[in-house]
Amino acid sequence: MTRQPQTTMTYILLVLFTLVAVMPFIGIFLLAFKDSSELVNGPFALPQVWHVENFVEAWEGARFGEYFTNSVIVVIPAVGIAVVLALMSGYAFGTMRFRGEQFLLLLILLGLMVPFEAVIIPVWQLMGVLKMRDTYWALILPQVALSFAFGTFWMRAHFKGLPEDLIDAAVVDGCGSWGVLWRIMLPLSTPALLSLIVLLFMWTWNEFLLVLVLASGERWTLPVGLALLRGRYATNITVMAAGAIMMSLPVIIIYVVFQRHFIRGLVSGALKA
Amino acid sequence: MAGQLDERGLENFQPSSTHRSQSLLARLTGETYLGRKAHARPYQAYLFILPGLLLYALFVLIPILNTLRYSFYDWTGFSEPVYNGLDNYTTLFNDKDFWVAIGHNFFFVIFSTILPILLGLFLTSLLSRRKLRGMVIFRTGLFIPYVMSPVVVGIIWRWMFAPAGPINQMLTTIGLEALARPWLGDFTAAPLAVGGVITWVQYGLCMVLFISGAQSINEELYDTAIVFGANGWQQFRYVTLPGLRQHILVAFVITFISAMRLFDLIFVLTNLGGPGKQTLVTSIFLYTETFRKNNAGYGSAIAVVLTAIILVVSAIVTRLQARTEAEEQL
Repeated sequence: MTRQPQTTMTYILLVLFTLVAVMPFIGIFLLAFKDSSELVNGPFALPQVWHVENFVEAWEGARFGEYFTNSVIVVIPAVGIAVVLALMSGYAFGTMRFRGEQFLLLLILLGLMVPFEAVIIPVWQLMGVLKMRDTYWALILPQVALSFAFGTFWMRAHFKGLPEDLIDAAVVDGCGSWGVLWRIMLPLSTPALLSLIVLLFMWTWNEFLLVLVLASGERWTLPVGLALLRGRYATNITVMAAGAIMMSLPVIIIYVVFQRHFIRGLVSGALKA
Repeated sequence: MAGQLDERGLENFQPSSTHRSQSLLARLTGETYLGRKAHARPYQAYLFILPGLLLYALFVLIPILNTLRYSFYDWTGFSEPVYNGLDNYTTLFNDKDFWVAIGHNFFFVIFSTILPILLGLFLTSLLSRRKLRGMVIFRTGLFIPYVMSPVVVGIIWRWMFAPAGPINQMLTTIGLEALARPWLGDFTAAPLAVGGVITWVQYGLCMVLFISGAQSINEELYDTAIVFGANGWQQFRYVTLPGLRQHILVAFVITFISAMRLFDLIFVLTNLGGPGKQTLVTSIFLYTETFRKNNAGYGSAIAVVLTAIILVVSAIVTRLQARTEAEEQL
């Protein structure tokens, strides 16, 4: 009963902290629809006219259309391949016993802990040797390799949680391990897979260092394109805001739709982040 | 007291459950190593792992070793690498910029780790045990900064902190124009402004983590504490705080590593660590040395030191985590 004021206090603070977290984003969202003459009206004043021109300008003039396409071309295969490879290896580590299992898992654990900075210089050199700098594959493959480490652990933990009887029953029914994976395990793994896809999507979509180092203008994805915005747009904050919104929207939509998966994954994927 | 904690208090957010195994791997991953039935022929496991492992070896394992190797070479990135022993490291440890950069990383730990954890704990200490309504909405909002790309965060705050930007506008409106300044261009204000942005990114994570952690602590523990006459603070100190130990460790690792790895945000916010070197951090230093000044050997040495710091801290915290879990088993 004496707790009532405390609860109110908690709510007030929660509202406050949530507002502080969200307001700057709302500010940049409104900014993206404003004319530069409206900047003096305060960040949260509504635009006098909702200018869609900023988006057109960003998409065409500032080449965000190209960056967006590049991002999509990199992210879809990078996430897709990583998920399939992680599904397979996570299945092996989670349900089978074999020699060298612990050693292999330790090797993969390393990839869970090291940052991109630890590999970027040799990867850059290797891509030079392979004449692959500035290609989409140069942006996809290293990303897949690092995501594979996280994905393997993620799927392994999931498969270990499934009852063994399931596999036994399927094996008795004449399923090979390949069949067990695709016909029995996969349908039971939707939530785990969804979390994995959402997390890898966010990480790949936002990846910066790899693209910065391995690609030049033609292959830039959105984060690098936005960070290195050049020419007359570099000082045009409303066009930049439109670019920032275009880049954030896919992540925010996916985040809001798959919230539960997102947060569960983020938190248990602690070491990776 | 901690020993009596019900493990249900941790179920929500724990990647693992119990912890009885002695194997190194189990200790590192915090998982029980249960025997499993072999349903497949042994070689099949390798076939499932192989495709991913090949890519992983090519783009992660071998590069890690190469980073280590190149750190002992004089190498521009284009030249033929020449072995030069520990030269890169001697230069590095005598390089003022390196210490400045790494010092800033640790300075930003205050904003990335300590402040967000304290804010999160403060909010949790006020929390009554009743379930909070609308937590989904708060959670969604609090996580927004964390979900966005650091590049976007950088763009947003470069605008907020601009000389005629919202922050200065607001200060002027409330009569504090004396405080208004070009935040990111000011030698004393810039590190604090960047720090503020970092706290803004991280605090939501800590709050969500601790609140959901606190709400899953066994109610009976509070009832017992109340029977023994514990006041609100004592309940927090002796029930909530021990119950959150795991969550605090997880928050510590996430936020500490991101302070060590700061790159995109600084790249955009202060244009590679300006003004001067006031916000220079290690990853930026690594990037400029390697890719702008063509000192790839030297850059490798920086990468080795940075990775070592991250690995050592992760290992220490993982051990602490394992010990906490072991204690909770008692």
